[in-house]
Amino acid sequence: MLVVIWLITLVSTYFFYTGQWSPLPLASAHGAAIDKQMALTMVLMGVVFLAAQLGLGLFVWKYRDRSGAPAATYSHGHIGLEWTWTALTAVLFVGLNLMGYNVWAANRIHGAGPNAMQVEVTAVQFTWYFRYPGPDGKFGRVDYQKSDASLGNEGALGLDDTDPASKDDIVAGVLMLPVNKEVDATLRAQDVIHNFNVPAMRVKQDAVPGLMVHTHFTPTQTGDFEVACAELCGLGHYKMRGTVRVVSEQEFNQWMAERQAEKQQQ
Amino acid sequence: MATLTHPVTVEEREPRTGGIMPPPAPPRDGKSEGPGPGFTPADRLRRYRIGLAVGLTPVLMLFVSFTSAYIVRQGLGDDWSAIALPPILWMNTIILLASSVTAEKARRMAGIAQESGGLWLGITLILGLGFLAGQWIAWKQLAAQGIFIASNPSSSFFYLLTGSHGAHLVGGVLALGYAALATRFHRPPETRRIVVDIATWYWHFMDLLWLYILGLVYLAQ
Amino acid sequence: MSEVHAEAAVHAHAAPTGFIRKYIFSLDHKVIGIQYYFLALVAVFVGMFLSLLMRIHLVWPMAHLPLLGEIKPETYLTLLTMHGTIMVFFVLTTAPQSGFGNYVLPIQIGAPDMAFPVLNMLSFWTTFLSFVIMLAAFFVEGGAPLHGWTGYAPLSAIPSAGPGQTLGADLWIISIAVFCAASLMGALNFITTTLDLRARGMSLMRLPLTCWSWFITAILGLLAFGVLAAAGILLLLDRNVGTSFFVPGGLVMTGVPVKHQGGSPLLWQHLFWFFGHPEVYIAILPGMGVASQVLSTFSRKPIFGYRAMVYAMLSIGILGFVVWGHHMFMSGMSPYSAFAFSVMTMAIGVPSAIKTFNWLGTIWRGRVRFYTPMLFAIGFVSLFVSGGLSGPFLAQPQLDINLHDTYFVVAHFHLIMGVAAIFGIFAGTYYWFPKMFGRMMNERLGQAHFWLTFIGTYAIFMPMHYLGIAGHPRRYSQLTEVKFLEPLMSLQEFITIAALITIGAQIIFVINLFWSMFKGAKATANPWEATTLEWTVPSPPPHDNFGGRVPVVRHGPYEYAVPGAARDYVMQNEESTVPAHS
Repeated sequence: MLVVIWLITLVSTYFFYTGQWSPLPLASAHGAAIDKQMALTMVLMGVVFLAAQLGLGLFVWKYRDRSGAPAATYSHGHIGLEWTWTALTAVLFVGLNLMGYNVWAANRIHGAGPNAMQVEVTAVQFTWYFRYPGPDGKFGRVDYQKSDASLGNEGALGLDDTDPASKDDIVAGVLMLPVNKEVDATLRAQDVIHNFNVPAMRVKQDAVPGLMVHTHFTPTQTGDFEVACAELCGLGHYKMRGTVRVVSEQEFNQWMAERQAEKQQQ
Repeated sequence: MATLTHPVTVEEREPRTGGIMPPPAPPRDGKSEGPGPGFTPADRLRRYRIGLAVGLTPVLMLFVSFTSAYIVRQGLGDDWSAIALPPILWMNTIILLASSVTAEKARRMAGIAQESGGLWLGITLILGLGFLAGQWIAWKQLAAQGIFIASNPSSSFFYLLTGSHGAHLVGGVLALGYAALATRFHRPPETRRIVVDIATWYWHFMDLLWLYILGLVYLAQ
Repeated sequence: MSEVHAEAAVHAHAAPTGFIRKYIFSLDHKVIGIQYYFLALVAVFVGMFLSLLMRIHLVWPMAHLPLLGEIKPETYLTLLTMHGTIMVFFVLTTAPQSGFGNYVLPIQIGAPDMAFPVLNMLSFWTTFLSFVIMLAAFFVEGGAPLHGWTGYAPLSAIPSAGPGQTLGADLWIISIAVFCAASLMGALNFITTTLDLRARGMSLMRLPLTCWSWFITAILGLLAFGVLAAAGILLLLDRNVGTSFFVPGGLVMTGVPVKHQGGSPLLWQHLFWFFGHPEVYIAILPGMGVASQVLSTFSRKPIFGYRAMVYAMLSIGILGFVVWGHHMFMSGMSPYSAFAFSVMTMAIGVPSAIKTFNWLGTIWRGRVRFYTPMLFAIGFVSLFVSGGLSGPFLAQPQLDINLHDTYFVVAHFHLIMGVAAIFGIFAGTYYWFPKMFGRMMNERLGQAHFWLTFIGTYAIFMPMHYLGIAGHPRRYSQLTEVKFLEPLMSLQEFITIAALITIGAQIIFVINLFWSMFKGAKATANPWEATTLEWTVPSPPPHDNFGGRVPVVRHGPYEYAVPGAARDYVMQNEESTVPAHS
């Protein structure tokens, strides 16, 4: 018993410790704080895990029933000990939680800064559409009831052409972002609940039909990053993949200008 | 640490055979006596009353959930348009309140006086059925105005709350009916008394529940 | 007064004659308990079979299975929905609470039966009906639903949202509503019985911890299932009558505009998790009770800190009702309330830790006898620690950004509410089997079953933590579409192989169970030298448990290693005295 419990404990800990399977390399500004809190929790819980499991293994071995073993001690417990570990665990757990408040506040309680780039993310079974407001900084009206997936990006969202604000709206299938610029994403869903999850950027937020949910982040690395839906949305859930493409600001501006030109020609 | 409070006496009988239990020791302290199982009529009545109180909790939780949904839903969107309550509801309310009085009359007769109280039970039953019929008429009147369950959120909740309450009241009607016919089923008088007692308290609860629901839909107008 | 004589009325119902009254529509709590147990046994094999199919599909997606052929993505989601639902409701709620609780609770408190035997029978047959309805969902047009056991609206609320969301989803909801009714009847019975039918001298603070756990679980059920029933009714109305409780306006489902207006998907989540989180404790609390009972018995030592154990269970029960929001950190609810829920959730770690320390304290300086029930109880503690310690990760909303809806969550709840609870069921089975069937289970098979299951469990669920940390989303039927999942495939294969072996090991248990039922060694009344009242009566006990007599209780439930006593234990109804203790 001792051997097995200890072995399981140590092997499990070893793999946690070596970090053979770790989160994707970080690609956003706020993720560092999350990873730090994660590491802290991992260390604290690891200590408790080792202490409890190794203690359990030790006790069942040391106090096993064998000839010559002393009789069990008649004891109904110890009030002082009860209070001690109640207080200790309360401090540990609640303290750990309060330490993480700032990370949460920065993520969710405080909104994006005033200069953040606006993007709208729309989730549909089983694909993503990304909309930029264009030079006017305003998203035009959409009417999902008029959406038609076969028309492609703008048409799939049901963008209302009669709204002047929608004239310069760009809709894309890939989320192009300039590096090191804060993004304020508005999440919407057209049918069921989806989740906009960019693991490398430590971004995860449900897109709920009927709600407009905001999330904000700052990409720090260029390259392609995968979006994987993280809320069961139907039979195609497993392939509801999207791409965030982070490029230099110059490339981004160039791409945006090309899209604007295309849009105005139509 | 081990101080013995009494000299240790060990039974000679083998306790694991499930044989005769040893005589009760004096209680170790005043608090340690449990109620103990009993099967006198008074014990049974108490047990059924506890059961009823426990059993009404989930009914309460059901309506608490509906209420929270009601409040949340009312706060959402702008599609909430209150419906005009059919006036017959006031009449139904009076009928139901009256039926509670007659049920209580029957309960007291069955309890203290050990009389049958069958007449009062009968009246309660008729009033209860009258209430249900009245609720049905209220639904019909709304339907005649073109207000159905899916018409708008407030009508959804109106049908939902009155329907759920009505379904629970049908249970009360069945219980009262069983009480009224208990003598026919050759049930002993204590059993009959318990049925009347429990059915009546249930009925009172349904009565209060109705007043609460009425308040809820009235205030939303 | 030499003994409490039985009045004629003690026999609330006479011993039945005839097969049907005795075994099918029995009023005897012991028969009903066994009926529940076997219902759960059937359910657990259905649930396990479904999980096996899922594991195979995940790593060999193109495999052609006999009879079933290739598993399509929607079939995979159907499997996971039904696996979760069947396991949660018909195994984890049914076996430890309704099964063992029904069988053991009345005997342990010294009662001849449950308070309301007819209601008890109705409750079982209602559960049975609910199970039949649930299984029927497999066989209707479109098959069983694919919305997961949490049934998030609008996926669950709109029939066109996917295959299986038509009649299958309706049956799923109806089955759960029926199950709610059955559980409420059961909870009513448990609470009344515990409050009103305790033997003389059985004060609340002398109740075995098993009885406390069943009592608290029943209260949780009483408060939670009514809410689930309400949510189910609203969902049925949304689906079939066109109301809009959970479905907002302006949706387009598979290209077709949806008629609903103005509802809220979050409302469903709030109602569901208000039930759903207490449900976790409904599954695990009876396991805690059994583990406490077994650890004390086989360590030959009184439970460490009895009162602390009772208060810990009570506070877990109470806190369980104020933490439902931690399932919704990513749902878009207010971040302030998310943090409040988070603090409350972390607070649950405290009573859980108290329980763990007290279990360790019970073993400490005991004299441990390694019979199979004890092995499973030790396994329970180990799994409870492992599964519990991933809780503080998930309870912190900022870490949930990484972990929400990944395999980390799967590992967490499987270890703690799944396998730990199952270990509680196994411990209870090996412990009470002699009482239930009058025969002992085979010890050697039992030990083999334990070791394979214990190691197998860790082999399955420990690696899932690594998957989750690496960001692997759950509920993905194939891992081929997302690139960052590719390196994780080897780990998935390892898990599937571990699962195959572990599930195979359960055959040992089934053989042991049925073989011992007929061929096992005859059991004495008290084979484990335990102290609670069920061990004072013959194995199996007579129809009214105490042969027309009512026991009188003189001691707390765990008087082991009593100094000066003739044996090393003093049973609850024994006249000999024990040292005074606070």
